[in-house]
Amino acid sequence: MKTKKGYLSRTVNELKPSGIRRFFDLASGMEGVVSLGVGEPDFVTPWTVREAAILSLEEGYTSYTANAGLLELREEIATYLTKNFNVTYNPKSEIIVTVGASQAIDIALRSILDPDDEVLVVEPCFVSYSPLVSLAGGTPIPVQAEADGFKISPDKLRAAITPKTKAIMICSPNNPTGTMLNRKELEEIAAIAKESDLLVISDEIYAELVYDESYTSMAAIEGMKDRTILISGFSKGFAMTGWRLGFVCAPEELSQAMLKVHQYAMMCAPTMAQYAGLEALKNGNDEVDEMRKSYRRRRNYMVSSFNELGLECHSPGGAFYVFPSIKSTGLTSDQFAEQLLIEEKVAVVPGNVFGESGEGYVRCSYAASIEQLQEAIKRIRRFLKNHQK
Amino acid sequence: MQLTDKELEIVEILEKDSRTSNEDLAAMTSLTVSETEEVLKKLEDQKIIVRYTSIVDWSKISGHEGVTAMIDVKVTPKRGVGFDEIAKRIYRFKEVKSVYLMSGAYDLSVIIEGQSMNEVARFVSQKLSTLDSVISTTTHFILKKYKHDGTIFEPDEEDKRIVVSP
Ligand SMILES: Cc1ncc(COP(=O)(O)O)c(C=O)c1O
Repeated sequence: MKTKKGYLSRTVNELKPSGIRRFFDLASGMEGVVSLGVGEPDFVTPWTVREAAILSLEEGYTSYTANAGLLELREEIATYLTKNFNVTYNPKSEIIVTVGASQAIDIALRSILDPDDEVLVVEPCFVSYSPLVSLAGGTPIPVQAEADGFKISPDKLRAAITPKTKAIMICSPNNPTGTMLNRKELEEIAAIAKESDLLVISDEIYAELVYDESYTSMAAIEGMKDRTILISGFSKGFAMTGWRLGFVCAPEELSQAMLKVHQYAMMCAPTMAQYAGLEALKNGNDEVDEMRKSYRRRRNYMVSSFNELGLECHSPGGAFYVFPSIKSTGLTSDQFAEQLLIEEKVAVVPGNVFGESGEGYVRCSYAASIEQLQEAIKRIRRFLKNHQK
Repeated sequence: MQLTDKELEIVEILEKDSRTSNEDLAAMTSLTVSETEEVLKKLEDQKIIVRYTSIVDWSKISGHEGVTAMIDVKVTPKRGVGFDEIAKRIYRFKEVKSVYLMSGAYDLSVIIEGQSMNEVARFVSQKLSTLDSVISTTTHFILKKYKHDGTIFEPDEEDKRIVVSP
């Protein structure tokens, strides 16, 4: 059925389907695939967390919570942020519990954007940022990170700013590059935000998973709490992707605006997941430590293996991705990923789906058992041998 | 004894999987293979890593199912040597898999493996309870091992994730 005018919104019509989708379709039908294409932990949620959720169901906590989420959970989030990242938010007015970091990003953008407002989106980045900016009526302006380690060049950021620019979106540690920004690099971005009076939307969902240096939050940079929207959640650090639980923190005025959008569009995050999140913050830390250690070992293994195979790979400070360059093969990211999948049944994600500067790279998730990583490396070695020029 | 972070890391990896190759250990800890070998030698020399073993599920091997019993043993400690002497007399028997000194209602916890309940019963009545300082024993037979030394015997290892995701 089709109306004469066409019934799809122009914005939605113009959104490109995610490049990840194609690889999902390709890989899904195959047997015996070793997947390095998964953007979520290979750990199951810690049992203590699952058990707390079951208990909440048994006790009948099955109704709505406050729009902003259980106060007890917001208080626990506030304590957690202060203790781990040295940032202070008032649980009563500056924290909203959301349906994943995904929804947090959505309500942040919808709360700040007017038609044609521009948002600088540092690429390569998580595939949702630009589409969510568009859906909120804004215009995403991609700014490419530097190929050498995928840090952000302050000059490039400055050059992209126009009178319509409203915010900069960053993600550290980053999906897909794993790159973590240190204090100095954050300060450079902060200086730009201050001089041009911009907000920073800081996606810190991987903050728990850092392996070399301690983590610095954008909101902890001097003078930045006032212009930062801090996005985070439970999916990655606590291995809780399927629960759909995240949160967003911002100064009161911004938070109250986001709460309006959240209240009308979502009501509240799932109650069972909120009880699970509470338990995760109270008693999940030991398991997070274990997972972090395990990821660190696998990161070291992957970085060393790729470099040994001749696919240059920087050692990322966080998340669970490595982003090796495949330029030496003479293949494009898409060709490499597709041929590797078909010939050796190893799924990776071509870097270009995360932005133009991801071309020439592939994202390999090491959220897989060490045996699987070993098998993947073995197959990639064989693939490279067969493709030697 | 104080270990460096990397030494500790190696201990932890091997405790989970003692078959991890030196090359993989090196890659996982960002050491060279020869540095890794040095660490291993040190850990072995110091008896920090005492032995490399496997966890076996004997219940799967016909004719070798065997039985395991945990025995609470009350003893009278001896002047001068405390519990150590009686512990030694007990742990030297090859049937004895573990001996722990416990706090609480009894003194030694002894784990015994044998071919049959009869064999274990015979050991307890003839060897263990006849030792001079042993006052009493209480034997518990293990009916099924679900988890042993941190390892679940029948884990659910199915990967429930979709193959490619953002
Ligand atoms: C950078 C980044 N932000 C946000 C998300 C979404 O997380 P959530 O599950 O909390 O919606 C992801 C998930 O892949 C991510 O990689």
